[in-house]
Amino acid sequence: MERPFIITIKMLSKFTLILLLSSLLTGFSLAEEINNDAEMSFSELVASLTTKKFDQKAIIIKKIRQTEHQRSLTILSKLLDGKVYYKKDDKLVVIADIENKKATITNASTGEPLGEIAKKKLKKVGINNKLRRTLNLSIAQLSLADTDATVRKSAAVEMFKNMDDETSIILKQRLTVEKNKHVISALQTAISINQLNSPIHEEKIESIKALSDSLYPEVRVALKDLEKKLSSKTQTPKSQELLHAIDASLKKIESSVGIYKQIENIFFGISLGSVLLLIAVGLAITFGVMGVINMAHGEMLMLGAYTTYIIQLLLPNHIEYSILISIPTAFVFTGLVGIGIERGVIRFLYGRPLETLLATFGISLILQQAVRTLISPQNRAVSTPDWMSGSLEINPALSLTYNRLYIIIFALIVLAGLMLLLNKSKFGLQVRAVTQNRSMAKAMGIRTDWVDAFTFGLGSGIAGIAGVALSQLTNVGPNLGQAYIIDSFMVVVFGGVGNLWGTLFGAMTLGIANKYLEPFTGAVLAKIVVLVIIILFIQKRPRGMFALKGRSADN
Amino acid sequence: MKKLSLWSVLCVAMIAWSSSAFSDTIKVGVLHSLSGTMAISETTLKDTVLMMIEEQNKAGGLLGKQLEAVVVDPASDWPLFAEKMRELIEVHKVDVIFGCWTSVSRKSVLPVVEELNGLLFYPVQYEGEESSKNVFYTGAAPNQQAIPAVDYLMDGGVERWVLAGTDYVYPRTTNKILEAYLKLKGVDEKDIMINYTPFGHSDWQTIVSDIKQFGSAGKKTAVVSTINGDANVPFYKELGNQGMSAEDIPVVAFSVGEEELSGIDTAPLVGHLAAWNYFQNAESEENDKFIEAWQAFIGNEDRVTNDPMEATYIGFKMWAQAVTTAGTTEVDKVRPAMYGLEIPNLTGGTAVMNTNHHLSKPVLIGEIQDDGQFEIVWSTDGEVKGDAWTDYLPESALIVSDWADPAINCGNYNTETKKCSGQNY
Repeated sequence: MERPFIITIKMLSKFTLILLLSSLLTGFSLAEEINNDAEMSFSELVASLTTKKFDQKAIIIKKIRQTEHQRSLTILSKLLDGKVYYKKDDKLVVIADIENKKATITNASTGEPLGEIAKKKLKKVGINNKLRRTLNLSIAQLSLADTDATVRKSAAVEMFKNMDDETSIILKQRLTVEKNKHVISALQTAISINQLNSPIHEEKIESIKALSDSLYPEVRVALKDLEKKLSSKTQTPKSQELLHAIDASLKKIESSVGIYKQIENIFFGISLGSVLLLIAVGLAITFGVMGVINMAHGEMLMLGAYTTYIIQLLLPNHIEYSILISIPTAFVFTGLVGIGIERGVIRFLYGRPLETLLATFGISLILQQAVRTLISPQNRAVSTPDWMSGSLEINPALSLTYNRLYIIIFALIVLAGLMLLLNKSKFGLQVRAVTQNRSMAKAMGIRTDWVDAFTFGLGSGIAGIAGVALSQLTNVGPNLGQAYIIDSFMVVVFGGVGNLWGTLFGAMTLGIANKYLEPFTGAVLAKIVVLVIIILFIQKRPRGMFALKGRSADN
Repeated sequence: MKKLSLWSVLCVAMIAWSSSAFSDTIKVGVLHSLSGTMAISETTLKDTVLMMIEEQNKAGGLLGKQLEAVVVDPASDWPLFAEKMRELIEVHKVDVIFGCWTSVSRKSVLPVVEELNGLLFYPVQYEGEESSKNVFYTGAAPNQQAIPAVDYLMDGGVERWVLAGTDYVYPRTTNKILEAYLKLKGVDEKDIMINYTPFGHSDWQTIVSDIKQFGSAGKKTAVVSTINGDANVPFYKELGNQGMSAEDIPVVAFSVGEEELSGIDTAPLVGHLAAWNYFQNAESEENDKFIEAWQAFIGNEDRVTNDPMEATYIGFKMWAQAVTTAGTTEVDKVRPAMYGLEIPNLTGGTAVMNTNHHLSKPVLIGEIQDDGQFEIVWSTDGEVKGDAWTDYLPESALIVSDWADPAINCGNYNTETKKCSGQNY
């Protein structure tokens, strides 16, 4: 009778020991519910990031920021970049750089390098949008004293949404040491936003007036909020005065926002126009100058875009320059394909436009299927280099996206280069001679068949570099060309066949018209309306806006 | 042409002969496009069915017989779907069919599968407003995808809504339902912006700028996107370039999944949302097994899994179990055995087949990560019952579908007039 009892006691004590140990262990690696008052050290906080609950993570992030530990900023920004992981076995939180399923890890709380590990053994510390906002704010608070002025400015702007008296005091302290005028203005705006809620009437009026020059959307929101709050209460002379001041400020802001909106719309139009110009200018040569109805033009764009993809595949570590390398490569490659098509098919069909149309349409199908078979039927990812992503912020109400900006410049350079080539070079002279009077040019000793081949190659090559530009804007897939072929014919016909200035004019007009119609009619109807206008226009002027005049035009 | 038809007759005869020679197998028809525009998505589902058949055969088949796949290619050609369906049932005498992706292909096979009393499992999320006696819908109905996604955003404080879609049937129907739902929830007309764009739209500058302005009115704004496949990449790129981040204005999409994201640079998309019933990232033992089996079957460690694959998986498992219970593959006996069947789904719960031929499944919201996967940020507490007819359109709210209740036994029973509309689906 006694023995079993002893055993039970022994077992019990063992059991409790295990319980105690395990609770200690879990307490160490996976802290239980964390509340706002919990006192925790930096390394404990980092270790508890393994929790699955997002609201817990939010508290941890705030606490990490409050520790003002030297590694706080590193951890928070790595967390935002999705580079913070924990090891599946011992739950150690690490920062990992992953390449080819292998991760180079460092201890998150100490920064000590821990060598390489298989990616499979790691689990990511996930974040959601709410956490991203918390992180952005925390990072902003930590980087108000950054050495880079643009970082300091965006940190101040980040504060706009979350102003309170405490933050305002911090910002005022910053203001005393800040030298950069952009940062100073952002800090002042933030402080003014907070002053809108000040109990002192004069301060309110002062800040409303100060904010009337600011174009930040947060400022408008803050002013409108105050307006709503005031007008819902009983009116006093003081609140009347405030409402008037708000009204004046809002009007001032909105009128300048309206102007910038117009500028932005024109920019959108020009940028759409420059894309149209790029895709049409090659066709302006093959169709406009040579008179070949080239249905495979779209596929030349596609081949150019795929050249970019292949270049990026070959040079995975030089994405920054890949576009610059792609431009000449795509030009040469699609140019050669163009010469091949001209020599192989089109030269037998000169003077028979219907057959040319059918033959080139066939070629376009062959090229599409070739890409599907050789590469993939799926769209391919072409990355955008850093210098082409993001936007140039002129002011908070107007920013121009870099990729569009570069494409506008690029389109104009291509057009200028082409004009120089056609008007100033010997080759250009020959092209013009051949297109104006073939037999006379032949009599003068020009090898017309080679001029034809090179002209077609030139047109195709330019389509190729347009494809490089398109790869930065849209999907790179076998159907890329089909989406643009109609547009490019439209531009060339509208602008006037055989005239590069006409192509420029046509592209820009269509681009801007489209963008002005879109807000009223929607994207679907805008396209239709533009098409109808062109049809009506062609009825009036069958040769387009700038028709070639003279004897040569009648051929 | 004559030569061709002679050949096809010969081929069919050969297949018919070979199939009659081994009649002790159970035949499973696979009706997914293997060529044409839809091949990208549908080939994956064909492979999923083949994998499931292989697994089932390894486990001893069904009713002591081996399963045999009959794969046909409807080539993304909608009328051809109907012809191939007829061929599967009449010539190959298949016992069940897994197939279709687009709504138009499903509508095209409906009359055939009903006339010949076949059994079709349809694995893709769709616009609802349908319930056929001969079809089991294992994808999501609008109340299992669109409505919970809106609820999630509403809980997050969103008050202004942009409904952006490609201009065709699915987005228009879904947006109609969503608009009615939002108004019911007290959202003001001024706070809803609806925008349609053509297929493959690539110039998003104005629209994104408009959304940005619409979103800067002080109320939290979200975009509910029914934008179709291809147009998504330039859309998200423009969002990134104009500095509209997911923290400011999140975009929740209904047709962007793991498969669509593979091969896209997802860095500018991080934080944007998608609503599905399954994500590859879901943590459950079944899911780990499924992913491992899939990657081994396809021989590629980087292949992803997605929601329609899970729907195919659930459909296949349910059918196999119903056949076992019924003891036969006869459609009229298998169908009643399907009702109330419970199968563990891949996200850690159970999927239940309802008498309206739609599943009860959990709804998940995921945020896009930079590795092309989704981080699950929210899920419904339990399973949501698929609703064939939406409750938020007045003309559909009265209609119910129930194929088990002898008093109704209809796919579109009007509860007010107490009548079945007579149309079969």
